[in-house]
Amino acid sequence: MQAFAALLDSLSYQPARNAKLRLIETYLRETPDPDRGWALAALTDGLDFPTAKPALLRGFGEDKIGPVLFHLSYDYVGDLAETLALIWETDPSAGPAPTLGEVVDTLQGATKMETPALLKRWLGTLDATGRWALLKLLTGALRVGVSARLAKQAAANIGNQPVDEVEEVWHGLTPPYRPLFDWLLADGPRPSTNAGGAFLPPMLANPIERAELEALDPAHYRAEWKWDGIRVQVAATGGVKRLYSRAGEDISAAFPDIVDAIDFDGVFDGELLVRRDETVAPFNDLQQRLNRKLVTPKMLQEHPAHVRLYDVLWLEGEDLRGLPFDQRRGRLEAWMAQKPRPRFDLSPLVVFTDWAHLGRLREQMTSDGIEGLMLKRSDSLYLAGRPKGPWFKWKRDPKLADCVLMYAQRGHGKRSSFYSDYTFGCWREGDDGGAGGRQLLPVGKAYFGFTDQELRWLDKWVRDHTTNRFGPVREVAPELVLEVAFDGISRSTRHKSGLAMRFPRINRIRTDKPAAEADTVDNLLRLVALSTDG
Amino acid sequence: MATDTLDPRSWLSPTPRGLYCKPGDFYIDPAVAVARAVITHGHGDHARPGHRAALATPETLAIMRARFEGMPDTSQQPLKYGESIRIGEVEVQLVPAGHILGSAQIVLEYRGQRIVVSGDYKRRPDATCPPFEPVPCDVFVTEATFALPVFHHPSDMGEIGKLLRSVATFPDHTHLVGVYALGKCQRVVKLLRAAGWDRRIWLHGSLLALCKLYQEQGVDLGDIAHVGDAVLETFKGAIVLCPPSALTDRWSRRFAEPIPAVCSGWMSVRARARQSGAELPLVISDHADWAELVQTLQDVGAPKVWVTHGREEALVHHARSMGIDAEALHLSGRDEEDG
Repeated sequence: MQAFAALLDSLSYQPARNAKLRLIETYLRETPDPDRGWALAALTDGLDFPTAKPALLRGFGEDKIGPVLFHLSYDYVGDLAETLALIWETDPSAGPAPTLGEVVDTLQGATKMETPALLKRWLGTLDATGRWALLKLLTGALRVGVSARLAKQAAANIGNQPVDEVEEVWHGLTPPYRPLFDWLLADGPRPSTNAGGAFLPPMLANPIERAELEALDPAHYRAEWKWDGIRVQVAATGGVKRLYSRAGEDISAAFPDIVDAIDFDGVFDGELLVRRDETVAPFNDLQQRLNRKLVTPKMLQEHPAHVRLYDVLWLEGEDLRGLPFDQRRGRLEAWMAQKPRPRFDLSPLVVFTDWAHLGRLREQMTSDGIEGLMLKRSDSLYLAGRPKGPWFKWKRDPKLADCVLMYAQRGHGKRSSFYSDYTFGCWREGDDGGAGGRQLLPVGKAYFGFTDQELRWLDKWVRDHTTNRFGPVREVAPELVLEVAFDGISRSTRHKSGLAMRFPRINRIRTDKPAAEADTVDNLLRLVALSTDG
Repeated sequence: MATDTLDPRSWLSPTPRGLYCKPGDFYIDPAVAVARAVITHGHGDHARPGHRAALATPETLAIMRARFEGMPDTSQQPLKYGESIRIGEVEVQLVPAGHILGSAQIVLEYRGQRIVVSGDYKRRPDATCPPFEPVPCDVFVTEATFALPVFHHPSDMGEIGKLLRSVATFPDHTHLVGVYALGKCQRVVKLLRAAGWDRRIWLHGSLLALCKLYQEQGVDLGDIAHVGDAVLETFKGAIVLCPPSALTDRWSRRFAEPIPAVCSGWMSVRARARQSGAELPLVISDHADWAELVQTLQDVGAPKVWVTHGREEALVHHARSMGIDAEALHLSGRDEEDG
């Protein structure tokens, strides 16, 4: 338990991705089974302890120091597990600290009645960091800045395997993953894959610009629209039906309408969309359906989900990833033609003669539901990861807006001495329409798009024009115009301006433009109107 | 010593300028310039410039002169620990508070009643100043900077051990250690020496003057030097002390891959530690933690306790549960930045 606690402690203060990887790798190498497997499960969100709930911990705290002091403490610290860890005392007579495996085994077999006594004994055996780690583990939210993907990357690194190899075997494994570590570290066999709804690591595309296309022979490429939804994998194998995000996150629970419609055996690549009467709804509608544990019948009815398929990886027991794109496409089309498949349709190929022709088609397509084009080599095998060459995404030119810098926040890691996160706004006319009533409203936040040199310039500008400070955030004089590029814009009730930008980034610094001439919120609202009509 | 009929508030009371002692006609740690001030210690929220007369320990007066350009316009009266002086009708004595060099509790006696104003204090050993001495009294005025049961400062040598282990693990990096210029800086240097770190310790320019003063006051800091005097390469594997604000300042960009550490009592709370930008938070505090505060209330045995700056609510609540007549005393001008 102490080694796991030290790991979480270091991770929580380490902002750099590579340093986080090294910490996890060292832990996985040096910690024996089954503890390292349970730790990996905790980092990938694969553990649940239904008998240890926040109310129990709150009760512990109130009993320990009384409700008044406990609530003052909790209020100050802001985290229940941490508060309890800090107020509890180490009891030298409580015996040795439990191992991680002991905690997991014991708690998973414990009843709700037995849990409190177990927990209290363990808390006494640990120091404050150990208690914090134990309580974080039990309450489920580690919050140490490690994604499941990063933890899997660390596991892959210790066995010198690509992370996609780990992804591929992952869904056939259960904690504490002994076969995985046997394979990665001890010459054990590769665990079997694709048993029961396993996730197959997807093939990704590289961005390309118009000029670069000239080096490619258009006859070798197939084009598809790049839909503005979410890339998903529909995995139905061995009688198990799952829907995965591109990163391998199981999102089946949020989309029962899709899962219930699966009456086939295969693994497909496609775009998740919300679709009403043949029309694709804006991305914002899809967002309403994401990150939900429970979906209401109303939500299902008003925001019906749909998957637009564009590739097939596995069909009725056969792995198709070794076939060229054209052959896979042929199999997919034939399979779709067999019978109507409600909630699924086929992403059509865009027929074109040469790049200039395709460029015109790209210009003419103004629908907001389309982000651009995908180009796939006709002979490309389905390769996990982002291989250079076979697949490209040719995005639509971004939309641009001139915004005024309002706030800047210090970055993290290498950027911790730089004001590198920028909140910018546009003008809203006063109620009387006069210039005197104009007001800046924040419309977005961006922390990339600029060069290192521009970052140094922006950092200095922020320091020289600060008008107010709120912790790591500075408010600046509303004088600097930033040209912001973004891929889409939609209405949002979460922002005061009523707008939400997709993928905003700083395109140019417009020192030449007076702030008063920056865009208005109304200008941006017109962009919303245009794209929804298109 | 107790006089049941005398209301302590009748001769020592909070005012907008600070705690005022009427029969002695002086303020304790006033927030603004006054005619006569008695100062507990040299931190900026307690010692301010411009008083016409100031009484404090010789060390505190030396610190004030170093910070306030010699204080030529202030009449300075040094009073050593343990010595007494009569001001008006009040007997005044200074007793070590264990907070920083020169820090003192102010013991006031008037008509047989004794009030102790502790200023800031801690109960742990500190090589840069004599330890806190509990003085039995009728009214004890205590700070409450870390007055929540979540604050338990670990052993300072253990925290220094964390720093030295990190230096050994990452020999190609510079360890930048954020410390407050007065007190924490010199204590951390002494702790490093006690832990066997004999190498040069580098200092940010703003830490130099007070380190020099400590050396003049007889505190041996070993080999210390100004960062500005060196070439870049020498900072690999080095320990560099700087004010916490410099960690995220442009100044820090001169070091290759620095590891930021911060020494403060606040570092035990993760959100605070992350806010400070520390990758290596070290819980080293010059204030009493919760257990020390509670222990001190027991040691001085005062039936009445006034709680000033910090988390008064929790300490007042707890003191009352101990049978003490406790109340919060709201003084302006205190901040928590010297944790």
